[in-house]
Amino acid sequence: MSALPTNYLTPTGREEAWRFTPLKRIAGLHDPATSVADRISIALSGAVRPGFTINKVKSADIPAKSATDDAVIQRVRSGVAEVTHLEIGKEAIVAEPIILTRTPGNTSEFSRTVITAGAHSKATVIVENSGNATLGEEIEIRLEAGSNLTFVTLQEWSDTTIHLGRHHAIVGRDATFNSITVTVGGSLVRLLPTVEYSDQGGSAELLGLYFATDGQHLEHRVHVEHGIPNAKSRVTYKGVLAGDQARTVWIGDVFIRKNAEGTDTYELNKNLLLTDGARADSVPNLEIETGEIVGAGHASTTGRFDDEQLFYLMSRGIPMADARRLVIRGFFTEIINKIGNEVIEERLMSRIDGQLAKVGA
Amino acid sequence: MSQLVIKDLQVGVETEAGMTEILRGVDLTINSGEVHAIMGPNGSGKSTLAYSIAGHPKYTITGGTVTLDGVDVLEMSVDERAKAGLFLAMQYPVEVPGVSVANFLRTAATALRGEAPKVRTWVGEVKEAMSKLAMDPAFSERSVNEGFSGGEKKRHEILQMELLKPKIAILDETDSGLDVDALRIVSEGVNRVKAEQNLGIMLITHYTRILRYIKPDFVHVFAGGKIVEEGGPELADRLEEKGYAQYVKA
Repeated sequence: MSALPTNYLTPTGREEAWRFTPLKRIAGLHDPATSVADRISIALSGAVRPGFTINKVKSADIPAKSATDDAVIQRVRSGVAEVTHLEIGKEAIVAEPIILTRTPGNTSEFSRTVITAGAHSKATVIVENSGNATLGEEIEIRLEAGSNLTFVTLQEWSDTTIHLGRHHAIVGRDATFNSITVTVGGSLVRLLPTVEYSDQGGSAELLGLYFATDGQHLEHRVHVEHGIPNAKSRVTYKGVLAGDQARTVWIGDVFIRKNAEGTDTYELNKNLLLTDGARADSVPNLEIETGEIVGAGHASTTGRFDDEQLFYLMSRGIPMADARRLVIRGFFTEIINKIGNEVIEERLMSRIDGQLAKVGA
Repeated sequence: MSQLVIKDLQVGVETEAGMTEILRGVDLTINSGEVHAIMGPNGSGKSTLAYSIAGHPKYTITGGTVTLDGVDVLEMSVDERAKAGLFLAMQYPVEVPGVSVANFLRTAATALRGEAPKVRTWVGEVKEAMSKLAMDPAFSERSVNEGFSGGEKKRHEILQMELLKPKIAILDETDSGLDVDALRIVSEGVNRVKAEQNLGIMLITHYTRILRYIKPDFVHVFAGGKIVEEGGPELADRLEEKGYAQYVKA
């Protein structure tokens, strides 16, 4: 009889959840043998305004409300002493977006953030990630009854960044969670945009876009857990890949549990491959344990650039490079437009133009 | 005064079985202000003629020349052909999701004019052209051709022609799928642009119906990848009566 290995929780790459991820490229963030600094890397951009507060809280005083079996996130939880807590007040209407900017340090680091949207509040939170980082992080978003939160994360990392994160929303009664995840930078990014419902009547929209060029591995593992009746979810992720060894992974797990009657869900993933040598994995996974639902569906497409679109635009005098840019911008428009902040929208479009120019696609 | 000269044009498509010949030596000269109707049965190569002049990558030129005002068109990229003054109104305009008509038109006008049109005059220009084609102003906010009805797509093609001011336009079955009202509006648009800009037109059609609205100066019958008969408007009347049977090998 052989003894259990002592590190049996450490992913080996054979697990379903890790089989797409090149573990050699995550700087040991998953491995207890690797030491990782505990550092608060996130801060409010600008001044505190009426309607919300932001504080550092002892991690033990604000334990996670959701379960995770992700080895990196478990390390984040146990390795962090202080948590950044953004609290949007009860019934507060915060008109301008609350922008949280991350300034990574020079070492591998863990970070934990909690966002609480008070009952019947309405706000937009934008998390800006840029620069060079080796980061394991979790953001838990708690939506209290009737709250409405738009949550945007921007991964505009440099080409060397390693970022593993979980952005988990707990959607309360009649609450509305709109999220937009944008990943256009990083060497290896592996995000878990996940949602659960704590009461009936909740609604979640998870939008995402990613653009991978040479050697980038961008992975999004969406999980919507319908464990409560009468909740709604919509998932739309769009990706563009260009250049040698550009790699994206999209997993869309939607589980409708036996008691989740009245569930209404649809998930969609679309990928556009601009060049040879790029690879997009797309795995929608819908599991339904009750027939008493409003609707459930999924779709996934991965295709080449449409030469007919290019021909049409060029036949009107638009040069090839501009035509490609128009088509790619068009592909992402429906998602980027929902950010609702023109400065950021234009910045992202420029970044996408830059990625395109870089690969000469 | 412009002149499009097509000489002995031979075009094929690459298939698994090798090159399949479609155009077998087309000769045609179109001058500014002239309307040339190209009529022929399905599969005769009419659309191939249109697309090869516009530079669609699917088609391989295997022989012959196409010049516009003496300049070799076949050497040009697709966008250069448009800049030289050629316009193709497509039978099946392509959908471009997420790109608004307004953005598309402005980008095209900028490319063709070499500078961005002045916002104030441009907006007026577009509005006026749209109202002449009985198009709802809300149209400009929609994605290019996405969810357009057949009639809307064709109006949108003619709108582009009106705004982009080509020298020679090729209208590929612009009449197909249009009801009588839409056909009249689209034809009036073509006639207007022709009158204002002394446009030369290659009007490709299967039916004579559109020729009641757009009067051809010349009619060319197309069959088996080349022009098999030429004449004036009276030839169209004869086709209306007798059909294409006499041109098609049994």
